[in-house]
Order: sequence, then structure tokens, then C-alpha cells
Amino acid sequence: MSTDTLLDLSHVSVTFDGFRAINDLSLSLMPGEMRAIVGPNGAGKTTMMDIITGKTRPDTGVVRFHDHDLTKLDEPAIARLGIGRKFQKPTVFEALTVRDNLLLSLKGLRSPFALLFARKTNEEADRIENLLRTIRLGSSADDLAGGLSHGQKQWLEIGMLLGQEPDLLLVDEPVAGMTDAETMETADLLREINQTRSVVVVEHDMEFVRALNVKVTVLHEGSVLAEGTLDQVSNDPRVIEVYLGR
Amino acid sequence: MNASSLSFRGASVTAVIVVALTAVLAIGSLLPASSPIQISPFVITLAGKYLAYAMLALAVDLVWGFAGILTLGHAAFFALGGYAMGMYLVREIGARGVYGNADLPDFMVFLSWKSLPWYWWGSDHLPVALILMLVVPAALAALFGWLAFRSRVSGVYLSIITQALTYALMLAFFQNGFGFGGNNGLTDFKDILGFDLHSPYTRAGMLFLSALILAGALLASRYLVGGRFGRLLIAVRDAESRTRFLGYRPEQVKLLVWVFSAMIAAIGGALYVIQVGIINPGEFAPANSIEAVIWVAVGGRGTLSGAVLGAVLVNLGKTLFTAWLPEMWLYGLGALFMATTLFLPQGLMGLRQRFTPVRPSEVTPEVTDPEGGTA
Repeated sequence: MSTDTLLDLSHVSVTFDGFRAINDLSLSLMPGEMRAIVGPNGAGKTTMMDIITGKTRPDTGVVRFHDHDLTKLDEPAIARLGIGRKFQKPTVFEALTVRDNLLLSLKGLRSPFALLFARKTNEEADRIENLLRTIRLGSSADDLAGGLSHGQKQWLEIGMLLGQEPDLLLVDEPVAGMTDAETMETADLLREINQTRSVVVVEHDMEFVRALNVKVTVLHEGSVLAEGTLDQVSNDPRVIEVYLGR
Repeated sequence: MNASSLSFRGASVTAVIVVALTAVLAIGSLLPASSPIQISPFVITLAGKYLAYAMLALAVDLVWGFAGILTLGHAAFFALGGYAMGMYLVREIGARGVYGNADLPDFMVFLSWKSLPWYWWGSDHLPVALILMLVVPAALAALFGWLAFRSRVSGVYLSIITQALTYALMLAFFQNGFGFGGNNGLTDFKDILGFDLHSPYTRAGMLFLSALILAGALLASRYLVGGRFGRLLIAVRDAESRTRFLGYRPEQVKLLVWVFSAMIAAIGGALYVIQVGIINPGEFAPANSIEAVIWVAVGGRGTLSGAVLGAVLVNLGKTLFTAWLPEMWLYGLGALFMATTLFLPQGLMGLRQRFTPVRPSEVTPEVTDPEGGTA
């Protein structure tokens, strides 16, 4: 276990009602890295995200982020450490405007009492304008998020993730339900984000994974089956067997 | 139901209207009885009661409309505030009670108690009563909310335990040994700070004070929900778990608004007791809390003004209806609630929006299922 890793899962297992969702999983991520996680349904991709973000507590194993043991922290504490998460189903605050969604995401005030007396600073307004530009939603800034298209909601959620200024972004199936053009734009956006932050992407769409052009980890039955470039893993006989049936 | 971040903007206008209308009533009640436009004391008492109920409705709207907590026990905080004020008013009677005992309220003499229980200490001072009126309901709300929100109890389960809370308090206050007058409650009040409670001047003054307090509560609530905290409150209501992954602690957010709301309800209860002249354990009845939810639904959830409007109109309807067909009122109330749900899901405040042209950017989506975020 090297000490310069950003995120380190070692020998993590979790069981739900007798079902081993994660089975002795070990995985490391270097600072600045982008990693794609693929695997068939039920491979444990989302459960892995749940464990990293504190939603699920593992039965055994250690999850380290910088120098923190994440298994001892809850979701808000982990989010404040600098891990942002985008859900499979876009989850934005539909009754608030795009701008207000971004405002709430901005790194900074988190205590309810402080928020009672908070006024938007010029610096915050600038950060929001920058985010709007990055996620290409400038013209919808004052529309309610509930009225956005599916793809726009995905981008808004990515924008909210960026507003948190996390060191690590966990992105769960970002292109599900997107058009081909949107998928490629999203790949560009993630690569742009990866210039300053580490990213873990879970995705089924192989065209999209190819476009990302990063190291791929294949999960199967809760543990790592193969790791390498997309070409390496897709030629791995064990991966072919898992994907094409036995 | 509509509860956009824009729809509470009219709260300050409502505050002005409440104060102005009440001023007219209060002045009208002080005209000589010979005047054709003299307002009868009966109307003043009713108006005071409606304003007190409007405080309760406002409290319910804060937690239900903005935090998605469907409270079915808010009358508990209202009644506790009422009892705190009632204790002071009972002590003010002094030796003018039936038994002429200057130290003990009548019901304690009747129960052959020799001295005041410790928890009545200081109740003869209005400042102490005012502090108790705020602190006791706030402390109960804080304890209850901390336990419930920390354990992530929400939705119908939370609604049921709020019912249990108010029901348990009702049973406790019914006990003679509990020290608050048993099923008779506290009544026969004479004066407040030396002002005769039956004088038209005191009554007009109390009514106007109620309007000012309600207006203040409306403005404070508007401030609470109008800023960044209010945005977060709506975010917690619609997608609680998402706020957690942004680094917020939704249980703290809910606790803050819950305690604030309990204090608004408690002030409403105190104003009620002063003007209606009695508080008894019936105020804790679960049905009262449910009625308060109906007022808010009729007026328009998540609008603040709608809560006030709903409380006044439904209670005005109740006053008229019960004079005319007393046994039918509950059916009428049920029909009203069903009709609102079916035909006016945004309440009366929704009507205003329906008849004003809306720009596309102001179209508000439905409140998403409050359960959705906690799954």
C-alpha cells in the first residue's frame, strides 16, 4: 500500500442479508488520476460508491482518503473532506433555480445558523458564473432546475459537484439517457475536470469509456476482475467470459 | 402542491393587511354602543381567536410547506404556550378566586393541596411566564426533533409520532395530580398586569397586539425562508440525501426550523388564552393539530400568507357553520379538505397564480415526494 495514493480501498467486504455485494475489494487511485469502473449489473459498482461516500459502512476493510479513515465518518463529513458524488439518476433541487442549486453547492458555509445570515458575496457570484459557463447553462441560470432536460440536469449536477471543489469526484453513469452528441460532450467535460481533480467514473457505455481513454477497472461479484487499458481488459478472457456468458 | 421559492413573497403585504384590518376592528369596538358601526365584544374575541390560530397555521406551514415535515401534533406546542400564560393569569386572580386563597389557585385548594408545586414557582411574574411560554415548547421540540431527525425518521412515521406526542400530553394534562387543573384546565382569569381582561380597552389592545405579533412572525418567517437558509430548507424537503452529499446536515436544518416553528405556535397559544379566557387539555386533542394542517392546505402550503388566510377563513366558516348546523361541521370540514385536494391543490393562494399570467421561468414544479430523498 503506497502512501502517496489519494484513495485506497483495501480488503473491503460488505454483506446485505447474506449477499456479498463487495467481496475483499482492493483498489487504489493516484492523485490526479481518472479511472473508469465497468462491470455487469450487480458487480458492486454503486455499492463501492456508497462505501466511499459513507452511505454504506463496510463489514471489514479499510478505506483511506488522504490520511482519513472514511469508514469512521458519515456522508456530510466525507463530503466536507473533498469527495463529491454524482448519482446515477440526476438529483438536483427541482424547486430551486439553476443558480440557487449552484449556490448551495459552493464550498464554504455549511452550518444552518451561518446560512441564516449569509449574503451572497461577489466572489461567490463569480464562482457561480464560472460554473454556469463550464456546464453550458448560462442561458437557463434563472430557470427552475425542474424544467431542465435530462441531459441539462446531469450537467447541473456535475456543476454542483465542481462547486464543492472536491479533490475527488465520483460519477455514477453520467451518460445514461444522453444522446450521442451529449455523451461526447460529457466525455470532454470530464477530461477538462480531470485536469485539476481526480475522477472515478462508473459507466456501462463502452464508446464513452473509450472516449475517456483512461485506466479501466473491471468489477465482478464485488471484487476486481481485471485492470488496465480498455483494449487490455476487453481482450482478457475472464472479462469476455463474464460479459458474454459462460 | 405549489411551494416554489417565489410564492411567499407576499408575506409582508399580508402582514400589513392583518394589522390594518385588525386596527379597524379594534377601533370599531371602542365606539359607543349607540353607534351603528360599533363592533361587538363577541366579534373582537373571535378575531383574537382567529389570529392566534393563524400563528399556529403559520408554524405548521413553516415545517410542512418548507421542510416537508407533516406535523400532526403542533397543537401540543400551542397548548403548552397557552398553559404557561394560563398559569400566570390564574395567579393574577389571587384572593379573588372562589375560595379566596391568595396563594393557591382554586383547583389546588379544591384538591386540598397545601402549597404550590415547584414547577409553579415564579408563575406570578409575567416575565417568568413569557420565558416559560417560549422555553418549554422550544425545549420539548428540540428534544423531540433531535431524536426524530437524527434517527432519520420521516414521512408518515414522523407524523404518527407527532400525534402520539400531543395525545400523551393531553392524557397527562387531564390528570388532576399533574397540577394544571385537570380536565377543567385554567380559567376565570381577571386581569393581566393589572389591566381588566373584560374591559373593552384591554380587549381591543390585546387584539391589536396579536395582529402586531402575527405580522412580526410573518416577517420573521419570510426572512427565515427567503435567504440561503430557506433555499437549503427547500433542498432538504425535496432531496434530503442529496444535501448530505453536499456536506450539509439536514437534521440540523430541520431542527432549527422545527424549534422556531414550535415557538411561533406557543406564542399563538398564549395569545389564545389571554383572549379566549380558558385553556384545557382539549387543546392537545389530535384533531386540533389535524385541523391546523387543513387550514394550511386550504390557504396554500408553502406560501406563509396562505396559512394565515386559511386559518382565518376556515375558522370563520366554522363559526358560521356551527351556529347554523352544529352537527354537520366535521362533514363540512372533511368536504372542504377533499375539495381543496382535488380542485385546488395549491390552495387559495394557488388561485391568485392561476389568474395571473406566468412567465415560463416562473412555472413551478410540484413538490417532489418528501420520501424520495431519504430512500
